[in-house]
Amino acid sequence: MKSVTTAWNHIRRSPYQALAAIMIMMLTFLAISIFSMVTIGSSKIIAFFESKPQVTAFFKTDAKQADIDALTQSMKQSEQVADVKFVSKQDALKIYREQNKNDPLLLDLVTSDILPSSLEVSANKIDDLSPIADSLRSSPIVSEVIFQKDVVQTLSSWTTALRRIGIAVIVVLSVVSVFIMATIIGFKISQKRDEIEIMRLLSATNWYIRWPFLLEGILYGIVGAFFGWLIASVGLVYATPYLQSFLGSIPLLPVPLFFLLGLLVAEFIVAIILGTLSSFLAVLRYLK
Amino acid sequence: MIRLENVTKTFGTGASALIELTLAIEKGEFVFVVGPSGSGKTTLLRLLIHDMVPTTGSIFLGDLDITKIPNSKIPHLRKRIGVVFQDLKMLMDRTIFENIMLPLEMANLDQKAAKEQVSKILEQVGIGEHKDKFPVQLSGGELQRAAIARALVFSPEILLADEPTGNLDATTSWEIVKLLQDINALGTTVVMATHNTDVVNSLLKRVITLEKGSLKKDEKPKSHSEKKEKETVKPEGVLK
Repeated sequence: MKSVTTAWNHIRRSPYQALAAIMIMMLTFLAISIFSMVTIGSSKIIAFFESKPQVTAFFKTDAKQADIDALTQSMKQSEQVADVKFVSKQDALKIYREQNKNDPLLLDLVTSDILPSSLEVSANKIDDLSPIADSLRSSPIVSEVIFQKDVVQTLSSWTTALRRIGIAVIVVLSVVSVFIMATIIGFKISQKRDEIEIMRLLSATNWYIRWPFLLEGILYGIVGAFFGWLIASVGLVYATPYLQSFLGSIPLLPVPLFFLLGLLVAEFIVAIILGTLSSFLAVLRYLK
Repeated sequence: MIRLENVTKTFGTGASALIELTLAIEKGEFVFVVGPSGSGKTTLLRLLIHDMVPTTGSIFLGDLDITKIPNSKIPHLRKRIGVVFQDLKMLMDRTIFENIMLPLEMANLDQKAAKEQVSKILEQVGIGEHKDKFPVQLSGGELQRAAIARALVFSPEILLADEPTGNLDATTSWEIVKLLQDINALGTTVVMATHNTDVVNSLLKRVITLEKGSLKKDEKPKSHSEKKEKETVKPEGVLK
């Protein structure tokens, strides 16, 4: 408890140094928060596309229901297929109306006759999409086949690139913040050299002297992590309405509170590790 | 209680602060260490608290050779020896109470017991009313008392005082010496390094004289009549 009080006094007596340490940590954790949100979000988007009916076969308007049922049955029997759903012209109209409910002009122009019925087939694995699509294309009653393999692949490559850039940025920022914090704490140790010497002569153990500096580093880390997380979270909440209209039917937003709290806890753990590491570097360097 | 055997301390520059010093101080003794500046008085005290280690020789505290103790045991040694430093070494941004409380905090003593102990010591050295003041607000004599209080807070077996009367007027110096005598009377071994010839000549205590790092004289306590007789023969006294 005394170490905490001493650490707090160290911070109170040199507020600008403390502010610099907190801000560099905040920057690091802002980057960690943003990249975590982007990475997890894009993974969820990919998972969404992978779990959705990935191949849609639109039937010709003159396709007979018996032929459609036969094709549906043959798809259901395939090992590559996870699920099959038939969307009738009426169902298609309902979906169309739901998607365009804010645009009465579009609603007036469309009837169920001009919308084709379709078969939505979801695959067990993304690699199974092509054979399923080929098999559907070969059917004489199918006019067009579309599937999201390309979308998923593009998204995957973007996510991978983003993840790599994110990790690189986070690593660089973490290393920079550790060195800056170690320098700030080292500077504080140098300022208190006389006081430390007196404490040693008065029977202080090494850990009695070290603890407040270690706690100081941890405290900078935690406060910086909290503000970095707070800025990213507020930004995400603020951007949610815009992102929701961009993402359409992908159920990603709003982000649940437990995810944000989980991210905060994870960042606190990283902050404690970074704070301890930087303080330890300073203590080893300046308090031999 | 304290035993030095052939202790030599040579610095990196080649200068020797102590040369082949051998002496013993018994438990409960009051010993003056005198000598001109640079004679090795402060070095001797610093060696006793392991603030530096001798180049050669051994220093025993009881049966413990303190030159051989590991770094982790130094804090334990320093709890057994109270020190009044020449420059006092008070923490200027802490009150007198906090300064004296510091060693007890380091030892993780119960807060309530520690506060009681500090209050008791402050009353003992006569600066109880100044406990909430900062060091800059105290006079030289009061600061010296505060430093003694801090040195005594662990009830140490040994009290080392480095020039505790330096920069003090005669009256205050005598008050400090009286305080050290009282502490000695309670059983604490007191080793006082000083230049103050008045004090040394007036008290009938053992006097160790150092010169250029070597033991020049080791005079045992004598009675007033003996001292007077000696002073008639040699009016300059011990220290000149």
